[in-house]
Amino acid sequence: MRMKDNTVLTMEQSAGISVSPEGIVSCDGPWTLPHLAPLEDRLAAFLWPDGPTVVVNAGKTTAMDTGGAWLLQRSLGALQRDGRQVELRDLRPEFAQLLQIVSTTQAAIPPVEGLGARTKLEQVGFLAWNRLNQWKNGLAFLGESLAAWLRLLATLRSIRWRALCRSLELDGFNALPIVGLLTFLMGVVIAYQGAEQLRKFGTNIFIVDLVGISLLREIAPLVTAILVAGRSGSAYAAQLGTMKVTEELDAVRTLGISPMELLVLPKALALVIALPLLTVYADAVGVFGGMLIASGQLGVSFTEFLTRFEEAVALRHFLIGVGKAPVFAVIIALVGCYQGFQIRGGVDDVGRHTTISVVQAIFLVIVFDAFFSIALNWWGL
Amino acid sequence: MSTGQQRRTLPDAALRLAEERNRPTVLELRKVGCAYEKGRPAIADMSFSVREGEILCLLGPSGCGKTTTLRAIAGFEPVSAGAIYLAGRLVSSPDVLVPTEQRHVGMVFQEYALFPHLRVVENIAFGLQHLPADQRKAQVRTMLDMVGLAGLERRYPHELSGGQQQRVALARALVQKPVVLLLDEPFSSLDPDMTGKMREDLRHLLMHTKTTAVLVTHDHEEAFAMADRIAVLNNGCLEQFDTPEAIYHTPATPFVADFVGQADFIPGLVENGTVMTEIGEFPNQVGYQGGTKVVVMIRPDDVHIEPSDHCTAHILARQFRGSENLYTIGLPSGHVVHSSESSTSVYPVGTPVELQVIATHTVLFEQDHPRRPNG
Repeated sequence: MRMKDNTVLTMEQSAGISVSPEGIVSCDGPWTLPHLAPLEDRLAAFLWPDGPTVVVNAGKTTAMDTGGAWLLQRSLGALQRDGRQVELRDLRPEFAQLLQIVSTTQAAIPPVEGLGARTKLEQVGFLAWNRLNQWKNGLAFLGESLAAWLRLLATLRSIRWRALCRSLELDGFNALPIVGLLTFLMGVVIAYQGAEQLRKFGTNIFIVDLVGISLLREIAPLVTAILVAGRSGSAYAAQLGTMKVTEELDAVRTLGISPMELLVLPKALALVIALPLLTVYADAVGVFGGMLIASGQLGVSFTEFLTRFEEAVALRHFLIGVGKAPVFAVIIALVGCYQGFQIRGGVDDVGRHTTISVVQAIFLVIVFDAFFSIALNWWGL
Repeated sequence: MSTGQQRRTLPDAALRLAEERNRPTVLELRKVGCAYEKGRPAIADMSFSVREGEILCLLGPSGCGKTTTLRAIAGFEPVSAGAIYLAGRLVSSPDVLVPTEQRHVGMVFQEYALFPHLRVVENIAFGLQHLPADQRKAQVRTMLDMVGLAGLERRYPHELSGGQQQRVALARALVQKPVVLLLDEPFSSLDPDMTGKMREDLRHLLMHTKTTAVLVTHDHEEAFAMADRIAVLNNGCLEQFDTPEAIYHTPATPFVADFVGQADFIPGLVENGTVMTEIGEFPNQVGYQGGTKVVVMIRPDDVHIEPSDHCTAHILARQFRGSENLYTIGLPSGHVVHSSESSTSVYPVGTPVELQVIATHTVLFEQDHPRRPNG
């Protein structure tokens, strides 16, 4: 806002602020937007005279717009907040009016509430509350999917067979190479480590017990579950999350279809079928890996190995291993889908929740595995 | 568009009005409140109703709660107060939340939300899985013809233009025969020259299928062109709920007046039954008492200017808009009014002018209580 036309002509000179030897501050030149940047620099480094009262002579100010008025008001306001008196002299009435407007507008801004720093106790409280809510939501999701599952079993024809078969292919069949390779290597590693020790005692044949029981009962189901959590759990979270971001999930619901039935249940069902099958396959490949090392390192032939396998490894070890797989499958599918539904914001949230889904799924799989070990030991199996 | 014009120029307008009044209410909101965070409502005390076959526009600036209202109707957001009735059934209240999939609402999303891995036909048929295949095919075919997508049914969404994608989204929603169709800023991601055509087509289609629709928009021209009735929202509150004509000519609040078109507000004083202002006298339609301080709302098309040497008002600026010139006129008191003149009348800036105000469209507001008593 320019106050008068003739002030425009005098804008060629530059604005300034200075202190006279008597300690009087004087503002001169045009306090307008084009001169504001250098003026602000000056003011930042400006040494205000000492004393309880600062006298500012503004008589030589030739022009002032809202920017200049605001800058002046801010500088004087800072002095006043320090508890000093400010005496403004000779300011033209029209500039004084502008200054008045600027200062009243500033005063009208209400203070922002509730953004103060939280105390430690408050932080702990908030954290605990959020955690509690997360658990509550998780449990609600579990309950909802359980209810949907029961409804589904009651009316078998509403199962989405195409989605189920697609999921079986993607999450089961396509995982065969990587699961096979890794459990084969696990078999090799276990046999190598065992061979070192067993050779010392000359009890080479016990390599069969070592490889057979550890693989069938623990290693194969666990490694398979971890791999599937990394492959499929994250994919579920990402898929559902992306659909949520693009509002496809909402669109599905407006078409009268529950996303639970369309997306979650077929995936969970597919994993419940696929993971035990993958575990059996992993058992076979892993034991084969152990067998190769046993014959190479310890001189246990394939025939000897297999004969001993029949005697030493009871059927229950195999059944326990395969029996754990459906539980792991449910964990992986539900955690992945739950995290997918949790995505609120944009695409970066998808990445974050995908990571969380993998970490949580693996964590829960291992916790449940430990739980199984303790319980089965309790029952003497 | 033929249907719309016929509708509005029917001779027996009164009869038609009565017939419209008698149509059953499809959607009703009663004092609905919705809060993402406790104590900070996104919408509050929202009440309106939509009759069968009617097109309602929720109009307001961004952040006014119009999309939240739409999502509450769809069932995506729970309500914290009040109740929503869909086809006579209570679907939302603080204790009740009927899931979206059981509400039979159709929705066209802002970014359309088509299924990217499905072809056009599969997208449209997605919600029809419960029907036998031949019925499904027939319905999809009818829908394709209706929205003008015949020939594109084998394409994937990414192979279509924005307008075509929107038609697919529309077809996908309409083929369900929804109780009410919800449209979230349907034209915001289209080219401006495309929207005019789409608006006409959409209105025609909705009339033809007798679909009840709720449309969210921030563009008052779009609302005027599409809606039978408009709900103007501001800061989560309903400012006015009325026909487009009433919204424009008799806005209930200064906010509505300003939002739905250019408006100037001139202060005045009620004296001897008329309103005295510096640009003339206005009738005191509302019946304010003598001595009340009021503001008068004037639209640019009601103000005409005539160059005249002995006048104190003068032209401050001229904006050429093709079909018209919009003049900004400074009054001696410092207030400003706008005047829309024909594009051929060009006066230079600074010309003293005489104002002629046609007082038919002026609206009064009390200065301290900015809501009209009957509004």
